[in-house]
Amino acid sequence: MKRHLLSVDDLSREDIERILGRAESFAEVSGREIKKVPTLRGRTVINLFYEASTRTSSSFELAAKRLSADLVPIKAQGSAVDKGESLKDTVQTLSAYDPAAVVFRSPHAGAAGLVASWTPASVINAGDGKHEHPTQALLDLYTLRRRAGRLEGLNVWIVGDVLHSRVARSNILAFGRMGCRVTVCGPPTLIPRGVESLGCEVRITLDDLAEADVVYALRMQHERMTGSFVPSLREYAAQYQIDGRRLGAGQLLMHPGPVNRGVELSAEVIDSPQALITDQVESGVVVRMAVLYELLAGGSGPLRGAEDPSRPASEPQPA
Amino acid sequence: MNVPLDSLLDWADVAPAALLIRRAHLLDPRTGLDRPGDLLVRDGAVAEIGAPGALRAPPHAEIVEAEGLHAFPAFVDPHVHLRTPGREDEEDIETGTRSAAAGGYGAILAMPNTDPVVDSASVLGSLRERARKEARIPTGFTAAVTIGQRGEQLTEMAELAQAGAAGFTDDGLPLRSARVMRQALAYQRLAGRCIALHEEDPALSGDGAMHEGDLSALLGVAGIPSVSESTMVARDTELAAYEDGFIHVQHVSARQTVEVLERARAAGVRVTAEATPHHLLLTHECVRGLDTRYKMNPPLRSEDDRQALIDGVRSGVLGCIATDHAPHASEEKEEPFETAPMGVTGLESAFAALYTDLVVPGVLGLGLVIERMTAGGEPFGLSIPTLAKDAPASVCLVDLAAEWEVGESGYESRSSNCAFAGRRLAGRVRMTIAAGAVAFRERSFAIGAVA
Repeated sequence: MKRHLLSVDDLSREDIERILGRAESFAEVSGREIKKVPTLRGRTVINLFYEASTRTSSSFELAAKRLSADLVPIKAQGSAVDKGESLKDTVQTLSAYDPAAVVFRSPHAGAAGLVASWTPASVINAGDGKHEHPTQALLDLYTLRRRAGRLEGLNVWIVGDVLHSRVARSNILAFGRMGCRVTVCGPPTLIPRGVESLGCEVRITLDDLAEADVVYALRMQHERMTGSFVPSLREYAAQYQIDGRRLGAGQLLMHPGPVNRGVELSAEVIDSPQALITDQVESGVVVRMAVLYELLAGGSGPLRGAEDPSRPASEPQPA
Repeated sequence: MNVPLDSLLDWADVAPAALLIRRAHLLDPRTGLDRPGDLLVRDGAVAEIGAPGALRAPPHAEIVEAEGLHAFPAFVDPHVHLRTPGREDEEDIETGTRSAAAGGYGAILAMPNTDPVVDSASVLGSLRERARKEARIPTGFTAAVTIGQRGEQLTEMAELAQAGAAGFTDDGLPLRSARVMRQALAYQRLAGRCIALHEEDPALSGDGAMHEGDLSALLGVAGIPSVSESTMVARDTELAAYEDGFIHVQHVSARQTVEVLERARAAGVRVTAEATPHHLLLTHECVRGLDTRYKMNPPLRSEDDRQALIDGVRSGVLGCIATDHAPHASEEKEEPFETAPMGVTGLESAFAALYTDLVVPGVLGLGLVIERMTAGGEPFGLSIPTLAKDAPASVCLVDLAAEWEVGESGYESRSSNCAFAGRRLAGRVRMTIAAGAVAFRERSFAIGAVA
C-alpha cells in the first residue's frame, strides 16, 4: 500500500480487503470495556480541517486516541490560516512537529495531494472538495459487507446529487473495485457529464430501482436550489426521494449523513431495519483505526510493540 | 487614421547590427525561399542574400558560421502578458521581451489586463515610453475595449488608437454583453484597429477550472464546457457580420469553435483566430494529477478538440499561433487547483514544443509552422517579417538538431510556470535579430571572429 491515502484509486482490492479485515479485529476491541491499544503510542496525528465536519473529524480523533496516538486537532477558524498563512506554510510549520500522519480536509479538489507533497508525514484525505472521501467509502464497504455478508455481485444504486458529491465519486470507484455493479441516478442537472467513465451506469428516474440490492442516497444540499439545479425541493422529493413505497423489502439503505429528513429520505425509511445509517457512523471509528494502522504501523505486517493490534492497552507498558 | 501600423511598435534603440550569417538553411515559406545561403544584415535591414559562402563580410561585421542551422523570419506573438504595470514581480517589459527574443520572437503584442488596466491614453503612453527604454524587440500594446475591462462602457477607442494602441481587447475576460460588443464593433469604424476576443460565456463556464468531460467528472472539479467558447464565437461572428467589423478570436480551444469559425469565414465574415502551443499539444489528461501548471483559461481540452485545432492550423482557419504567455508568481501556483490562477508561460518553449511534437512526427510541415508563427501581426495590420532583400531584419537562427530540457538552465522570463517544464525538446533558438539588432544570443552559442 502507498504511504498516503488520497484516493480510492490508491487502493488495490487486496488493500481494501486487508483494511476491512483489520477493522473487524478493531471492532472486537471496541466491544471491550477498555477500548485502547498501544499501537501508535508516542506518535503524533494531526487533524487539519479546513472545512466544517462533525463525524469525520470526531471519528478520526477517536480512532487516533484508541490507537494511543497523540492527537492535535486544528481547525482553519482561529488558526494561522485566518491570518492569511498559505496552506504550504501551514503544512510545513506543522511538519516541524514530526507528525506520523496528517488527516486533512479541504474545500478544494486535490488539496490533500498537495499537502502530501509538502510533508514527510502520511496524509489521509478526509475529503477534498467535490473530489474524494476515501475513508467514507471504506466505512461504507465495511458496513455493507457486515450486513450483506459479501460485496461481490451486489447491485448498488447511488441516488441524488452526484455532481457535487465526493462521497459519490469515492464510492463509485470503491464499490466497483469490490465487484459491485454501480448505477448512479439523479436529476440530469446533477449528474456530471462523462461520469460513465468511472465505471457506472446512469439513470435519471427511479423506475428500475427494484433491481438494486442497495440504495445509497446522497445528501441533497439546500444551497443547490440557488443554482437552479432542480426546480424545487418539492419536485426533487417527488422524483427522487427514497420512501416506503420505493424501497423494497429486501433492499438495504445507506446514507453518508447528515440526512435531510423529508427530502432525500422519508422518515419511515430512515428508521426502518433496512437502514444502515447508524451502523455507518459506528463503523467510522474502527475503519479509520484500520487506515491509521495500515499507513503507520506497517500495513500487511505487524510492527514492533504491536504484535497483536487488538491487545488492550490496560497491560503494563514500558515507559 | 493613417498611422503606419508598424509605427505602433516600440523598442529600445540600440545600434543596428552588421552581421553576416553564413551557410544557414534559409527558410521563408511565404517567398518560397528554402535553401542554404548567406544573409547579410546591415543598417537594420536584410542587405543581401546570396549563395552559401558567396557573401563577403563588410569591415567590422560579425560573422556567424551557421552551417547546420536554420534561419527563419523571426516569430510574431500577438498575445503576451507582460504584467506591467502592476505585477512587475511576475514580468516586466525587459524580461518579457527578453523571454520572447529567446524564443525566436521578433515582435509581440502585450495584453492590457494590467493594474491599472490599459484603458486610457495616459497609461498607454507611459507603457510605450518604457518600452522605448526597455523592450528588446518591437512591442505593441493593446488597449482595453471597456473601461476597467468591466464590460460596461467603451474606452476612448479613437484617442487610444491615435495614441498608438495596436488593437483592442478585454483579454482575460469576455465581453459579456452583446450590446457592448455591438457598440464596440460599430465604433470600430471610427477607431479602426482589430478587436481581439477572449470568448467565454461566464454563465456556462461558471466557477469551472478545467475542461468539462469524463476527467472533470472523475476529479470532481467544475468543468468549463466547450460550448461556453463556441456559443460566444457564434454570437460575435454574427455581430461582426452585421456591423461589418473585423475581429480576432484568441486562444481557440474547442472543436465546436473551429467549426463555427469555418462557417463564418465561408460566409465572408472578417474573422481571424489563433491557437496556442499548449492547446495544440496537450490535453486535459495533463490535469489528472491536478498540477496547477496545467491550469489555464480556456482549459486544455480533449484529444478530439486538439485534433480539430491542428486541422484548423493546417487549413488556416486558425491563421496564427500565439503563446498567451501568462507569467504567475510561484506562490500563486502553489495552491489547490481550484484556487490557483489560470495561465502558463510559453514564449521560450513555443517553437521547440511545436517542432518536436508536430513537425518531427510529420503532422505539420516545418514551413507551415513557421508561416503560422510569423503571422501573429497580420490580424492587427502589422507587416509580416520576411527574409528578403531590403526587408527590415527580423531573423531567428535555430538549431533543429539541438535537444534541450525546458527550464534546465532557468528562464529568461521572471516566472517559471511553463506548461512544458521538464520536457526534452528538439530545436534550440541560438540567436534572434529583431529590428536590425541582436536581441538574443544564446550564452554558449559560439560566434565567428569579427572580420
